[in-house]
Amino acid sequence: MATTYDAIIIGGGHNGLITAAYLARAGKQVLVLERRHVLGGAAVTEEVYPGFKYTVFSYVVSLLRPEVIRELDLPRHGLKILPLPSTFTPLPNGDYLAAWDDPDLTRREIYRHSPRDAEAYEDYGRQMFRMARAVKPILSMIPPDPTSLGPDDLLGLLKLGGHARGLEARDFYNLAKLMTMSAADLLDEWFECEPLKGTKSASGIIGTFLGPRSPGTAYVLLHHYMGEIDGVFRAWGFAKGGTGGISQAIASAARAAGVEIRTEAPVAQVIVKNGRAVGVALENGDELPARYVASSLDPKRTFLKLVDPGLLPGDFVDAIRRYKIRGSSGKVNLALDALPDFTALPIRADGYSPLHRGAVSISPSVDYIERAYDDAKYGRFSRRPYLDCIFPSVIDPEMAPPGKHVMSCFVQYAPYEIEGGWDDARREAFGDAVVDTLAEYAPNLKSLIRHRQVLTPPDIEQITGLTEGNIFQGELALHQLFFLRPAAGWAQYRTPIANLWQCGSGTHPGGGIMGASGRLAALEMLKDWR
Amino acid sequence: MLRGTPFHTRTAPLCQAQNWRRWAGSLVAGSYELSHEREYWAVRDSAALFDISPLYKYLITGRDAARLLDRVVTRRVSQCAVGQVLYTPWCDEAGKVIDDGTVARLDETTYRLTSADPNLRWLHLNARGLSVEIVDVSERTAALALQGPLARRILQQVSPADFDRLKYFRLAHTTVRDVPVTISRTGYTGDLGYELWTDAAHAERLWDALMDAGRGYGMTPAGILALDVARVEAGLLLIEVDYQSARHALTEAETSTPYELGLGWTVALDKGNFVGRKALQAEQARGPAWQFVGLEVEWKSLERLYAEAGLPPQLPAATLRASVPVASLGRQIGYATSLAWSPLLKKYMALAHLEAAHARPDNLVMLEVTVQHRRRYAPARVVTLPFFNPERKRA
Repeated sequence: MATTYDAIIIGGGHNGLITAAYLARAGKQVLVLERRHVLGGAAVTEEVYPGFKYTVFSYVVSLLRPEVIRELDLPRHGLKILPLPSTFTPLPNGDYLAAWDDPDLTRREIYRHSPRDAEAYEDYGRQMFRMARAVKPILSMIPPDPTSLGPDDLLGLLKLGGHARGLEARDFYNLAKLMTMSAADLLDEWFECEPLKGTKSASGIIGTFLGPRSPGTAYVLLHHYMGEIDGVFRAWGFAKGGTGGISQAIASAARAAGVEIRTEAPVAQVIVKNGRAVGVALENGDELPARYVASSLDPKRTFLKLVDPGLLPGDFVDAIRRYKIRGSSGKVNLALDALPDFTALPIRADGYSPLHRGAVSISPSVDYIERAYDDAKYGRFSRRPYLDCIFPSVIDPEMAPPGKHVMSCFVQYAPYEIEGGWDDARREAFGDAVVDTLAEYAPNLKSLIRHRQVLTPPDIEQITGLTEGNIFQGELALHQLFFLRPAAGWAQYRTPIANLWQCGSGTHPGGGIMGASGRLAALEMLKDWR
Repeated sequence: MLRGTPFHTRTAPLCQAQNWRRWAGSLVAGSYELSHEREYWAVRDSAALFDISPLYKYLITGRDAARLLDRVVTRRVSQCAVGQVLYTPWCDEAGKVIDDGTVARLDETTYRLTSADPNLRWLHLNARGLSVEIVDVSERTAALALQGPLARRILQQVSPADFDRLKYFRLAHTTVRDVPVTISRTGYTGDLGYELWTDAAHAERLWDALMDAGRGYGMTPAGILALDVARVEAGLLLIEVDYQSARHALTEAETSTPYELGLGWTVALDKGNFVGRKALQAEQARGPAWQFVGLEVEWKSLERLYAEAGLPPQLPAATLRASVPVASLGRQIGYATSLAWSPLLKKYMALAHLEAAHARPDNLVMLEVTVQHRRRYAPARVVTLPFFNPERKRA
């Protein structure tokens, strides 16, 4: 008989590792099982082409919870978040719009396009900041069940109520608007400059199968404002070594706390006896007993694949089936002989353009993104997609051989299911659409490409296991957030099966490399332990 | 890169200290020489030339120009004569100050508003339904301040304007050599002084003309550090230092009403409706909770505190822009926001917010000072602002 672990965590993504680390720090004997040879889930860095390291899927960090960094002492385990100081939006007319890391420079830049927007930009930023500050404590809170009269739930609701009461009236009204409006409508209230609205609205659609004019996307804007680095809100950074660097740091912290981690150990099933999870069965047939099992996989994979649905209440299975987890984005990673030269802000004598240090956003207008969405709505990938690109090798020189570069392109929209289905030809056509789009702004790009990795939603699903390739383990829509994530009544990391827990981004608060789900799940499990 | 002002080609070679300061997104000299002392004394003894181009400037024209301004600012703009300038704050709906600046009536239907922060959007938001045009002329208008007892005599060398009749807070359209300028008798030093406004294209010629005219009068270009001492002596507020703009504030406690900033005299409650009027009416009836006052540190006590540590008194070299607690009977009753030694008055002075009950002149309060890393309290007396108010300012 094998050792009985205190807990087995399924999935070695950032949340799985975080749950494991917290449990181990509380003295539990913990095993993490990862299907792949590399840890990190969607936060991995891989040398897909020799000498060039791709931050394969997720590529920036903003939301990683400060308490996770602090409590797991991640800096000691190698976490370095390097600045990503700007966002550059090239325009079809050869001009550009940039947001720099200096308010004066940014104001001047927007002023070029619209004097009024230059001021509105600061007011908008302050309003979002105020609301993010108001909403943010929810990120570190176990969602109270509003229908429950349990003391913890009542206390949670009370805290929530107190919080809402602390909001100034104007903020409360604004919050109500954010919860209901589309990103485009909200931005129309503030701005007149199309590239600015386009670029801002993009943060409202990331990871959703919605367009900037779809209601509910305004909230996603706010979600991104809750990011914070070193006390600075709305800060984005690039982790040294790519997002895989974050996973490595967390894994190192977990190991230091005594966690055992096995890679290439895919789980076939959660073993349930008498309505109680008692361990897992690996695909190789090994059975590993444990007192607790926690899955960091997405809700569909956990409840529809790893567990016999017959063991779950019918309405719960139904809710999980309905849970929206549509894949909407792809990823293109490029190995480059040199940096592409953007017509709008050419490379200077030192070999760079200021834009290379930050993000390049292909989002010239709200219409552009909405049209990209139109393609997706009708079962095609966007012929001219929204792109969010960075040059990891400019920020972290160790990502590519000296003088060479890697480029990471997040691409939306790419539906999971397209007309005729994804195949190799369509994947290449998708990659071409991305490169062609970029080449309109940086004509020399094509001649610099040494290697190209194109990832469609089915590819993301196949490699990482994320259902439909959805990067958030379920869309950030209001009807599946907070006490509704992933399903009403099951938002407190428990599941209908005793001793089976959920700890991935499919639980509150979800989304992005945040780590809050993993941490809160561990804390809740430890409470149960007592 | 941050930009220089229209005078940058002239100021840059003169700035030996290379201590460029950022002002509204532009670079201006902190001081030209390594120490700002001579530049400060020029303000009080001869004349100093300041580049004040980074101020935001808006031209407001049209039938309803005065109505718009009356709607926005607290002073009564409708009674501002052609050629007159008004200093005024403006508030949000809650009566909390957003910004302060001047309104100059350039002609029958044209006003120029200066401000510390961008206000184009705020003006537009309040201009709905009014027949008015608002143009941001911040970048195309260059501005200099010539401040000090000899300022008038210098200008008389190069301008035909009748300076003897140009009264305090009035302006004249005239020339300096051949450069068309508007000269207003205004400033941020509390001394005799003028501000000169011209098209940015003429900036260098205006600078050259004034530098040339000032040569025989000990005039010197001066930077922000000298200005910052002079304005404390003059009891003049600085946004984001002495008060927080209601637009930037995160909490209500950070904000101030004009009454709390000693600007009650600028609030024309009976002029008709304007932004913040209701709240200000209530505030006036209630009386403000805070007062903005001057503090004069009692020198002997300060000396004693330092002597106990075996040291002579140590004072900030320039104006200290920091929040320093003020206490009474062991309880904090306020905070100082600008502290400076006045070389002219030989006093250690501070601008401070005090709870109203402690703010009457001559009241003794305790100002926190750090003596050799330790917290001490020096007695300081409440004084009416300004600290320095020479007759020549208005004469």
